[in-house]
Amino acid sequence: MREVAVLGVGQTKFGELWDRSFREIGIEAGLHALIDAKLSSADLGALFLGNMASGTLIDQEHIAPLIADYAGLAGRHLPAVRVEGGGASGALALHQGYLAVASGAYDYVVVGGAEKLTDVPDATATQITASTADHEWEVVFGATLPALWGLVARRHMHLYGTTREQLARVSVHAHEMGSKNPNAHYRNRITVEQVLGAPPIAEPLGVLDCAPFSDGAAAVVLGPLEEARQHTDTPIRIAASVVACDTMALQHRKEFTSVGATVESARTAFRRARRAPADVQVAEIHDAYSICPLIGLEDLGFVERGRAGPEFASGRFALGGTPTVNPSGGEKAQGRPFGAVGVAQVVELVRQLRGEAKERQVSGAKLALAHDLGGTGATSVVHLLERAN
Amino acid sequence: MEAGIVSYGAYVPRYRITPAEIGRVWGSDGESVGQGLNVVRKSVPAPDEDTITISTEALRTALARGGIDPQTIGAVYVGSESHPYAVKPTATVVAQAVGATPHMTAADFEFACKAGTAAIQTCLGLVGAEMIRYGVAIGTDTSQGAPGDALEYSASAGGAAFVIGRERVICRVHRTLSYTTDTPDFWRREGQRYPSHSGRFTGEPAYFRHVTECARAMFEAVGTSSKDYAHVVFHQPNGKFPQRVGKQLGFSEAQMRYGLVTPYIGNTYSAAALLGLANVLDHAKPRERVLVVGYGSGAGSDAFDLETTDALGEFDRNHGRSVQYYLDQGVEIPYAVYAKFRGKIRMAEG
Amino acid sequence: MSIARFWRETPRRYNLGGSKCTTCGTVYFPPRPVCPECTHHRQSIEKMVPFQLSGAGEVLSYTVVHEPAEGFEMQVPYVLALVRTDEGPVLTGQVVDVDPAQIAIGLRVRATFRKLREEGAAGVIHYGYKFAPADEPGGGPSTAARSGTVPAGPPAAERSPA
Repeated sequence: MREVAVLGVGQTKFGELWDRSFREIGIEAGLHALIDAKLSSADLGALFLGNMASGTLIDQEHIAPLIADYAGLAGRHLPAVRVEGGGASGALALHQGYLAVASGAYDYVVVGGAEKLTDVPDATATQITASTADHEWEVVFGATLPALWGLVARRHMHLYGTTREQLARVSVHAHEMGSKNPNAHYRNRITVEQVLGAPPIAEPLGVLDCAPFSDGAAAVVLGPLEEARQHTDTPIRIAASVVACDTMALQHRKEFTSVGATVESARTAFRRARRAPADVQVAEIHDAYSICPLIGLEDLGFVERGRAGPEFASGRFALGGTPTVNPSGGEKAQGRPFGAVGVAQVVELVRQLRGEAKERQVSGAKLALAHDLGGTGATSVVHLLERAN
Repeated sequence: MEAGIVSYGAYVPRYRITPAEIGRVWGSDGESVGQGLNVVRKSVPAPDEDTITISTEALRTALARGGIDPQTIGAVYVGSESHPYAVKPTATVVAQAVGATPHMTAADFEFACKAGTAAIQTCLGLVGAEMIRYGVAIGTDTSQGAPGDALEYSASAGGAAFVIGRERVICRVHRTLSYTTDTPDFWRREGQRYPSHSGRFTGEPAYFRHVTECARAMFEAVGTSSKDYAHVVFHQPNGKFPQRVGKQLGFSEAQMRYGLVTPYIGNTYSAAALLGLANVLDHAKPRERVLVVGYGSGAGSDAFDLETTDALGEFDRNHGRSVQYYLDQGVEIPYAVYAKFRGKIRMAEG
Repeated sequence: MSIARFWRETPRRYNLGGSKCTTCGTVYFPPRPVCPECTHHRQSIEKMVPFQLSGAGEVLSYTVVHEPAEGFEMQVPYVLALVRTDEGPVLTGQVVDVDPAQIAIGLRVRATFRKLREEGAAGVIHYGYKFAPADEPGGGPSTAARSGTVPAGPPAAERSPA
């Protein structure tokens, strides 16, 4: 298998994009990525599109050719493939794009992620979000996705003494970073008091512990590392792209406060890249709910089991931290258009590794980690990205 | 006959509301109304409870207590005037939920407050004819009174399940008979939300006539009088009617004591007399004679001349909740929560 | 909610019918065709048998839900919990008949039978298990008689007309 590089990145603003349709945002992100990669669409070998729920959100399945068509590529009969894995759909699409190039089957591919959540009422979006959990054995009995993560949070608090204040720090940090991101859905700073005082969603999680429903799209162009310098001065090598699954329902996990799929995918990724967590300067970690990055940091190996709460609250993961976590603002502040998230994480990390992140720049960023989850962890995807020199 | 009660179980929902609280909303002296009815508080089902769930809980208790294999049940009949479906029987869901399906028969009964006792009579027939080994008769209701109406102070929710059989009988049925006429004291037309009643007509020509005529018919049929019974249970739409009819028939307060449950949980309609009987069985000793006279509007009375057996002494009455538990327990709620739970608030459509 | 899809699960949702691997003895809910514990899955094929849960268990974690799942609007706020049954499997379900302030990890519970949701005023009503605090010894009703018989579910496929 040959080495794969990220040659270009692009994304739309994330937020409530009332005037933009799904196809418009999908194309915008893809075109930005192509321009950034100095690639013409004639050079494209395939399109991989990450999307979680277009069927229920916009009554449209079969969306990969839709985007290819509106990008002008239907006449060329471009291979177009949709990839789905709950909230990790974008990261999974990236994995598929990576395999497509690494195997030699295609040379240049665009991997996009797009989702439009705001065309449906919030209650519907809540129910659609829950479809990434186990419908028959969790949702039918009253579970929503925040409720399931609320169960995880309560258990973590019970076992390790994690506090609501520590959870709140996660959201406060997300908004701090979001305030520096012009594409973010939320750019306001918030305080711990505001998080604790926000209306409850599923205790201990409140409104400000939960990522918003957002519209948005992001895209990257991948190509063989050996050709990369023709397209960019700053090729970013994909050092590892790993997927792992776990039980669908939270109730069937071996442990509730650890996502086995994350542990497995991170371990494999670091082994393949011949690196360790201590080598990572910047990470984008799944943060749909404030408990998620705490569990993620423990599962990925950045923090000892049970210690993520106090470590996060100490400010260790702020800008310049070990590592800096979610410089984009994460799903909480940058936004959560499900299928776009996994790709947007990589867009941010590529910008960081290139030194283009401006106010959010992590100095000396050389190795970056992206982690995304589907549902309560039935899918985990870990990417390691490195500046290629 | 050899058939009788093999096991029984009760269930009453957790919430309670007082007449004073109801009166407060409708501008009445609710406390006085409650005293007049001898109702201290009534039970209120939670939004996720209905006649099906209450019947299931009561039957599960009965089966666990009696150690009865659900696959030996040959019939399940549920009597109610608040079945969740107008068409689709409560009894099939209950039978499925206790594991009695599929080789059995089932049906729902309706006869206002005597649907449960009618189901017992049917089970006695099937068991007596040796058509089935065990039959289940359940009386459950989640009835409502129209807001502000007199019935709102007493209409409540509860259920009692009786397993009828010929083996390990804890309470034999000597005789059952009924007194039935066409009497329009209380009714609800198809599609109507709340029942209607004919005011004071529901007293003497309805409840009192049928209960006393039926009781007297029983005394004559089996050669007894009120003195021969350790316990008596009447249908109890409030806490006053049964005391009055009991006195008319010559019963003492002591005889009526365990059979009267309405004051603490309200009128559970099809379950009322059956919960009274369950409370009697919770307290009775072996070889005590019991008279039960139910009543259902429309109208009719079913009477049962019963006697507890020695097997009652070995029966594990401590397994599962007693009726007394439900009389003593309860969480009071305000009228607004009661109205929400009972679906009396007009919700958004679509 | 599809009528057939819900009906199919009544032996599980009404009666807590699970399965047990006769090779390693692990109990599963909902039932599984293949045992994840046995090292070679082929060992467990056709070795799984029906197994009845009693409904008794304890709360491992809980949350008080304010933004409900569809169909649960009238019950807000409601308690959702992870319950470990005495036989081993962990279930997700509401805990009812308890003040949310009184719920705690370790609370002993028993399965009870409640409405899950209605398909509007004219549609089918769906029922299933929820949990309630267990009574003192003596307990409450269990889902099955002491004989442990596994209840029959909807007629098996092979009984449909030829």
